[in-house]
Amino acid sequence: MRHILSVTVNNQPAVLARISGLFSRRNFNILSLNVGETELPEYSRMTIVVEANTDTLEQVKKQLYKLIDVIKITELNQSNMIERDMAIIKVNCGKNQRSQVIQVVDVFRGKVVDFSLDTITVEITGDENKINAFIEIMKDFGIKEVVRTGIVAIDREMNNNVLTNS
Amino acid sequence: MPIHSGARIFVESLLREKVEVVFGYPGGKVIPLYDELYDAPIKHILVRHEQGAAHAADGYARSTGKVGVCIATSGPGATNLVTGLATAYMDSVPVVAFTGQAPTSLIGTDSFQEIDIRGITLPVTKHNYMVTNVKDLAKTIKEAFYIARTGRPGPVLVDLPVDVLKSHADFMYPQSVNLPGYQPTYEGNYMQIKLAAEAINTSQRPVIFAGGGVINSNASEELTNMAIKGRIPVVTSLMGLGAFPEDHELSLKMLGMHGTMYANYAISEADLIIGIGVRFDDRVTGKLETFAPYAKIIHIDIDPAEVNKNVKVDIPIVGNAKNVLDKLIPLIKAIERKEWLEKIKEWKRRFPLNYEYDDNNIKPQYLIEKLDELTDENTLIVTEVGQNQMWAAQYFHFSKPRSFITSGGLGTMGYGLPASMGVQVGNPNKTVINISGDGSFQMNLQELATISSNRLPVKIIILNNGTLGMVRQWQELFFDERYSGTILENPDFVKLAQAYGIKSLRIDQTNDVEMALKEVLNYDGPVLLDVIIPQDENVFPMVPEGASINEMLELKKKKREKEKQGEVA
Repeated sequence: MRHILSVTVNNQPAVLARISGLFSRRNFNILSLNVGETELPEYSRMTIVVEANTDTLEQVKKQLYKLIDVIKITELNQSNMIERDMAIIKVNCGKNQRSQVIQVVDVFRGKVVDFSLDTITVEITGDENKINAFIEIMKDFGIKEVVRTGIVAIDREMNNNVLTNS
Repeated sequence: MPIHSGARIFVESLLREKVEVVFGYPGGKVIPLYDELYDAPIKHILVRHEQGAAHAADGYARSTGKVGVCIATSGPGATNLVTGLATAYMDSVPVVAFTGQAPTSLIGTDSFQEIDIRGITLPVTKHNYMVTNVKDLAKTIKEAFYIARTGRPGPVLVDLPVDVLKSHADFMYPQSVNLPGYQPTYEGNYMQIKLAAEAINTSQRPVIFAGGGVINSNASEELTNMAIKGRIPVVTSLMGLGAFPEDHELSLKMLGMHGTMYANYAISEADLIIGIGVRFDDRVTGKLETFAPYAKIIHIDIDPAEVNKNVKVDIPIVGNAKNVLDKLIPLIKAIERKEWLEKIKEWKRRFPLNYEYDDNNIKPQYLIEKLDELTDENTLIVTEVGQNQMWAAQYFHFSKPRSFITSGGLGTMGYGLPASMGVQVGNPNKTVINISGDGSFQMNLQELATISSNRLPVKIIILNNGTLGMVRQWQELFFDERYSGTILENPDFVKLAQAYGIKSLRIDQTNDVEMALKEVLNYDGPVLLDVIIPQDENVFPMVPEGASINEMLELKKKKREKEKQGEVA
């Protein structure tokens, strides 16, 4: 099963190596790992997506906690989080297909970020499924290149007042 | 705040940590550091290979409970530490290693003797550092010692670029550390402790399984009190030998692959196992599915990651063993458990450790029994890895913690000789005996020079069977006696020791054992005893790899099988 961990770590050299090394040497299956500075520059936050059963997940969390540079681990609740993946996709696209591609991009609320005579480059953001779906459709036109960020996620703020007021 | 060079800050910091001795080997990048050590009130033991320095620091730490320190230069010096660090890591030993490094301006350019030792040692250290600014040096050393000795102890490496050692900064040693990501739990949860007490008090057939964590946390006395109060038999892991006095009627000695049959039977029939400072290693549990099938499991450990890692635990208690036992003991009822203890007594009577005594050939088990007889409780046994280690574990009686020093988790051949140097340095008034095999001995025999030049009175006993005995044993039992790569052609160890200026003697007759051991023990200085033992002597009982721990091969069974085969042929 897929689990999403939000891990606060010291913003220091070699921390990423420590974490990724831990995953590989303990044979934990990592699906994606993202890292960036947090609201406090001394910390970074990693969004780690792991494929694991409950027992393995327990070990993943405990072994991560053993690292001196790991400050906090939160497992994000799948039904109560905001999850985003971003992809930039370069699609084969002559003049004749442009409007077709742009139509699909609009439906998916993507953004065209570059044109050439026979390609179009699109940026799209959303959860993994949405991106996968978009890529599926783009395959019809012929994809030249895809880059994806992997998932970043944050838990949704549970504030009753905001919910009732809105 | 006086201004000091990095090298001087290094020495001052070590003094603040009350370091008395370091084991090391100099090289280009650590010359500034060695220059400062020259005048420092810290003893430096010059080893002959950096691996020896790491093992010596490890042996020093295991036997004294203090942090062991080793130093190596950059590049090959640093990589030579890796096996020693891994050994310490697997057995949770507090060691701090310092390595030289290329100047910061050259790092990443593959400069002379540059290596990414931090990257290399990530998986075998509890934590590691590279200091890139002399201003961080004192703070880093403070953290390194703190991390090494607290929580679940372990090795920490600090990499020191040579320019950092040469540049200057104010020296102020911090009073405390600030590590928000490192908060070990020392006090066990009281509700859990109460649950554990309840389980113990209602159990009919409990067994305490004590490991290295008991020794690390100095909880042997508490363990002994608890066992005696609750009349609970005690088995130990290899790392736990000495945690509970083995001459006590409640001691079942070691369990696992080469444990006693009664320990393995007791675990297999227990209704409750109280694991204290153990990690349920596969050498202990055998086949996991059939390990302790009737037992509830209580697990007391300082490392939460050990809970549920190998076996499913019913009552976990995360905390320091000593603290947890202090709270647990008052809750435990004194119960006779007559039936259970009778049963165990019967197993002990029926399935004792045994071997076939031989008038002519020296049986290693006999030699170790004799050694046990001739030594007092001020004796520290350091072993190599393999048959020698298992015979020592089986036939020597350990009554005190920190009296058995061995590489458990990693099983490092070549550990014993250098470790015994560290043990002797840390315990100048005790008798330190290195029980060795001819294979292991040759993995770090260059340290004879260190032993000799420091006149460390280590007693080296080589159980010499001319083979890599434990591998040979597996080949005999499970690989149709195809002795691939296990027969050794050895040098004359007696002459070798003499070349190093070390007294040495050889025996090959059972009659000579007692006299030779007395001579060795009474000699005031280092001495090597080469003991010729039968090549085909095996360690029994034995649980084959992957079998359940109550399915043991034993001496008699094995012999009967051989006789049977003989009849058929």
